[in-house]
Amino acid sequence: MNKYFLKIKNNQAVPVPSIPVYDYEVFYSYCYGLLQNKKRYHCVNYFGYRIESDITLIMVIADDGEQCLYVAASRIPNNTRLKSFAGSLSAMEKFEREIHEQFGIEFTDHPWLKPVRHSSSSLNSYVFFSSDSEELHEVGVGPIHAGIIEPGHFRFICNGEQILSLEIQLGYQHRGIESLMVNKNNILQRTLLAENIAGDTTVGHTTAFANLWESLEGYNTPYDLHFCRTLAQEIERIAMHTADLSALCADVAYQLGNAVFGRLRTPIINFFQEWSGNRFAKGLIRPGKVLYPFSDTLAQRLLKVLDDFETDFVEMGEQLFSLPSALSRFEKTGTLDSNTALRCGFVGMVARTCNLSRDIRHSHPYNLYGKTLSHEPIMLNSGDVFARAFLRYKEVIQSIEYLRILVNYLPNKFTKQSSLSGMASKNTLVVSLVEGWRGEICHCAITDHQGKVIVYKIKDPSFHNWKALELAVRNNEISDFPICNKSFNLSYCGHDL
Amino acid sequence: MVSTILIVLVSLIFGGIIIRTKSILSGRKGPGMFQPMHDIIRLFRKGSVYSYTSSFITQIAPLVYFSSVVIATLFIPFGQQKGVFSFQGDFILFAYLLTVGKFMMIVAALDSGSSFEGMGASREVLFSALIEPAFFITMGSFTLLSGKISLAEIFANVHYNSHLSYFIGFLAAIILMLIAMVENSRMPVDDPKTHLELTMIHEVMILDYSGFDLGLILYTTYLKFAMYGALIANFFIGQLPLVQSIAVFLGIQVLFAIMIGIIESFMARFRMNHNPQYILILSSLSLLIFLGILMFLGKII
Repeated sequence: MNKYFLKIKNNQAVPVPSIPVYDYEVFYSYCYGLLQNKKRYHCVNYFGYRIESDITLIMVIADDGEQCLYVAASRIPNNTRLKSFAGSLSAMEKFEREIHEQFGIEFTDHPWLKPVRHSSSSLNSYVFFSSDSEELHEVGVGPIHAGIIEPGHFRFICNGEQILSLEIQLGYQHRGIESLMVNKNNILQRTLLAENIAGDTTVGHTTAFANLWESLEGYNTPYDLHFCRTLAQEIERIAMHTADLSALCADVAYQLGNAVFGRLRTPIINFFQEWSGNRFAKGLIRPGKVLYPFSDTLAQRLLKVLDDFETDFVEMGEQLFSLPSALSRFEKTGTLDSNTALRCGFVGMVARTCNLSRDIRHSHPYNLYGKTLSHEPIMLNSGDVFARAFLRYKEVIQSIEYLRILVNYLPNKFTKQSSLSGMASKNTLVVSLVEGWRGEICHCAITDHQGKVIVYKIKDPSFHNWKALELAVRNNEISDFPICNKSFNLSYCGHDL
Repeated sequence: MVSTILIVLVSLIFGGIIIRTKSILSGRKGPGMFQPMHDIIRLFRKGSVYSYTSSFITQIAPLVYFSSVVIATLFIPFGQQKGVFSFQGDFILFAYLLTVGKFMMIVAALDSGSSFEGMGASREVLFSALIEPAFFITMGSFTLLSGKISLAEIFANVHYNSHLSYFIGFLAAIILMLIAMVENSRMPVDDPKTHLELTMIHEVMILDYSGFDLGLILYTTYLKFAMYGALIANFFIGQLPLVQSIAVFLGIQVLFAIMIGIIESFMARFRMNHNPQYILILSSLSLLIFLGILMFLGKII
C-alpha cells in the first residue's frame, strides 16, 4: 500500500507535482488501507485547499515504524458528497468536520458534522446533544469561567452527581491564524504569529514554523539553530509540566504541592528571561538566525538552576505521589484505556499514559533528537489522572537529564545574521512535526508556482485530545471534572486558531 | 454576656489566623492578620446586585443566616456564667437555629436559578443531614453525664475527676472541631479557596451574592467558627476563675484556628463520594463518647 504514496521525512521539502493525485474512491481505499493499522500509522494532517473551483485534499500519514511520512492527494469538484473516513475510523472525525466547515463538502456516513470553530455557523443556532429524560439534568459551564481559564463551553448530561455525557464546544478564540499566515509576506510577521498560536507552547509552535520555513527556502539549518531550539523545547517542557503539577495540586486543594511546584516553575521561566529577555521565550526562536546566543556563562547558570530545581522537585514529587489523600483523588479518576486512545488517535502525553507510543522526538526525529539526544518515550499504562500527573513528573526528570547532556555540546559560533530571503521555493510542500510538551504539533505549508504560500495548516495536539477529555469524564463524578480537565490541560486557542 | 463579647472579638481575627498559618506553612509572606476583616468591611461598603430570576428569598437569606448565628451565640455559656438566653433543653433550639440559617441559604441557592447552585444546595443538604447525629449524640451524652439539659448547666457541671472523663472531653473537642469544619465548608470536605464551580459545596451556593450580602455571609462563617470554638473551650474551662478562663478561651480559639490552617495545608481534599463516609465517622466517634459516659456512670459493665 505504501508505494501509492509519496514518502517524505519530517521537514523535507518536496515538489507539489510529485504528490500522487487519485480519484476520491482510490484515494479513500489507499488511505484506509494504511490507517487501518492504527498502531503503526496515524493521520497527522488531513486538509483541503481550493484552487479555482476545485478542492484538493491532502492526506499526511505518519509511519511510526519507519520514521517517515506518506502523502497523497485527491482533487474533487465543489459541492460533492463523499464517503467519510470517520464512518469507520473515529480518529478522522474532526478533520472531516473541519473540511466540511471550510468547503461545505458533505460526508455521507459521518456521525455528526457539527462545527469545529464556528467560522461559518453561529452559536445561537447550534444544537447541543441533549436528553429528554426527566431523571437526567444538564449542566452548562462556560464560555465565561470563574477562574482565568480560556473560553470554552462544556455541556454535561448528568444523573445526579454522575456524568453520563460531556460535549465540548470550542471556537470562541478563533482568530484566523491560518489565513493570516498565508496573507502576511514577511518572515518576522509570520514568526510572531506562530509564537502566538498558543501562548503556553511558544517554543513548540515557533520551532515548528522555523524548521518548516527553513526547509521551504531550501536553507541548510546550521547546528547552533538546532541546538537552541532543542534546548528551549526541553526547558519549556519542564516549566509547563511543573506548572501543571502545581495546578493539579490546587485542584485537589493540596496547598503544599500547589505552592512548591508553583515556586519551582519560576526559576525555570526566569532562566528564559535571562537568556532571551522574555519569560515565555517570545523572541527566542527565529528562522535562520539566533538572536540570543547561548554562551558558556548561560550554560553554567542553567546547570546551577537545574541543580537547585531538581532537589526540591524530586522531594516534592515523592511527597505528592505518596500522599494518600492526593492519590485517592488521582487514581482511577478520568480513566482512558489504550483501545480508546488508539481508536480515537490521541497523541502526545495522553497517548503515552495509555501505553501507546506517540512521541515525535522518537518516531520522526528533528533538530538534535535522534542525533545528540537519543530519546526513549516514557510510557505508563493506567490512563488516569495519576498517570498524567506522574508522566509529567517523569518527563521533567528526563528533560533535566537531556539539558545536562546538551550543555556539553555547546556550538562554537552562532549565526547572528539571517541569510534567508523570505522567498520560499516554488510549488513545494513541507510538513514539520514537533513534539511540544502537550504532544504532536504539525505545521504544513504549500507554495504556488511563484513561491507564494497558498496553504498554511496548523494542528495543535489539542485538536485530537479534546475528545479524550470528553471520553475520560464519562461515569465520573461531576466534581471530578475540573481535575480531569486540568490533567489534560488542553489548549483552547491552539485548537481554535 | 462575656462569652458573646469574646466570640465577637475572636471572630474578627479567626480567619486571619487561619490564613497566616497557611501562608507561613507554604513558605509565603501572605496577607496580614486583619485582611479577611478588611475584605469584609470593603464588601459592606458596596451595593448588591441581584439576578432577574431571583425573588425576595435571595435578598433576605443572608440576613436570616447572619441573625440565626447571632442568636445561637447568645446561648453559649462561659464557664460558670450563663449565656444571654438559657433554659431547659436550649441546646436543641441552638442546633436548629443554625439549621434555620442554613435552610435559608439552601432555599436562596435554589432561588437563584443557576444549575451550579442547585448542585451545591443538594450537596449541602446531604452533608448537613449526615452531620446532625454527631452533634446530638455528643451533646446528649453530656446531658446524661451532667444530668442537666441546658447548655449552661451542662458545661457548669462537667467535672474532670478521672482520667476517663479527660479522655471524653478531649474526644468531644475533636468531634466539635471536625463538625465545625464540615459546617463551615472547610477542608477536607469542601475547599473554600477553589475557583472550580463544579467541585464547590458552600462556595457555589453563594456564587450569585455580592457586596453587602456577601460580606455578611463571609462574616457569619467566622462568627460560626468562633462560636464552635467557644463550645470547645467550655469543655476545658470548667470552674476556673474568670481571668484564667478568658486566657484558656483565647488560647483554645487560637489553637483551633491554627489546627484548621495545618489541616488545610498538608492534605488534599476528599473525593465528593468519600465525604458521607467521613461525616458518618464523626457520628461513630460520638457514639464512643456515649459509651464512655455509660461506663463512667456505671450503667454498663
